[in-house]
Amino acid sequence: MTNWQIFSKGLIRENPTFVLILGMCPVLATTTAAMSGMSMGLATTFVLVLSNMVISAIARFIPDKVRIPSYIVVIASFVTVVDLLMAAYVNTPGADGGPSLYDQLGIFVPLIVVNCIVLGRAEAFASKNGVWPSFLDGLGIGLGFTLALTLLGAIREFFGAGTFFGLPVLPASMNVLVFIMAPGAFIVLGYVIALVNRLRKS
Amino acid sequence: MEYILLIVSAIFVNNVVLSQFLGICPFMGVSNKVSTAMGMGAAVTFVMTLSSIVTFLIYKYVLAPLDIVFMQTITYILVIAALVQMVEIVLKKVSPALYQALGVFLPLITTNCTILGVTLLLIQKDFTLVQGVVYAVATAVGFALALVIFAGLRSQLELADVPEGMKGMPVAFVTAGILALAFMGFSGMV
Repeated sequence: MTNWQIFSKGLIRENPTFVLILGMCPVLATTTAAMSGMSMGLATTFVLVLSNMVISAIARFIPDKVRIPSYIVVIASFVTVVDLLMAAYVNTPGADGGPSLYDQLGIFVPLIVVNCIVLGRAEAFASKNGVWPSFLDGLGIGLGFTLALTLLGAIREFFGAGTFFGLPVLPASMNVLVFIMAPGAFIVLGYVIALVNRLRKS
Repeated sequence: MEYILLIVSAIFVNNVVLSQFLGICPFMGVSNKVSTAMGMGAAVTFVMTLSSIVTFLIYKYVLAPLDIVFMQTITYILVIAALVQMVEIVLKKVSPALYQALGVFLPLITTNCTILGVTLLLIQKDFTLVQGVVYAVATAVGFALALVIFAGLRSQLELADVPEGMKGMPVAFVTAGILALAFMGFSGMV
């Protein structure tokens, strides 16, 4: 595989959300708005890229039996880094006095640890490849994940709150509140996956 | 009364899967048969109860006094992983029958975000140990309930005539959405 193929496969062909159906909890929970979905995606990408690079560098020295716990420790360290960074820099309340971005994502920032995408890439790709391909793989998969979350967030925000990245588009009377509540998450995701399946086949 | 409210709220009103979106992977993955759904539910309840007690004590007596709360995520995930391994070993020796029933689900539980999520929420919500354990058990029961109901729905779905493009995951998600809609009916209760 060329470097470009390694990078680009995560965007559409092996998109972690729409095709592999991995790491669904943040996909459903943090996509009430495009902005929060995108931030969650970028936080996960950060962890994915760095943990992929570190794991590909140290995989040779880790005995096979303890590899999963070792990977988890590496991933958990980077998650802690992201958590502390976000607590420091995106923790100001919104313009309308709403919760800050950090509070909106809440418990799902530490939960990046148990996102199956991150451990999955460590086990399936980073442990068998060099640092540079692992960097590209992490970046590609991470951006694919970000793309999926942003798309879902934008759809739910558009129908549910009538805004696009916070900019008003539809009048309030046309909002369908269920889109930004729990059932909307499942239903929108189901239809988007069906649509992606259809597009991939043609 | 306080505990009854806590239990009802954790099982129905704020159902861990359908309104808090924790544990979606096992919810989608092992809900093909009602019997496997029950096994997974039981295994989660077991591990959740144990890990909530252990992580709570570690937080109160190790992390908080030493002022290293930022180590929470790393510590918790290691404790949960070790605990799952230990439960597996002990069950194998003590009760082979129970091990037979729960064994295959145990390794999956380490990466089940319900466990880590609930242990983190206990601290965030400032519960006491007893409240925490009640909350953890009720949440796990809510998880099992959602899983079993969904498994029942999916076995019906296999007989239904689903349009080609919606087969498999898409229709499962839409069904879960309708189930979540039904659970929203509980939201005025507590």
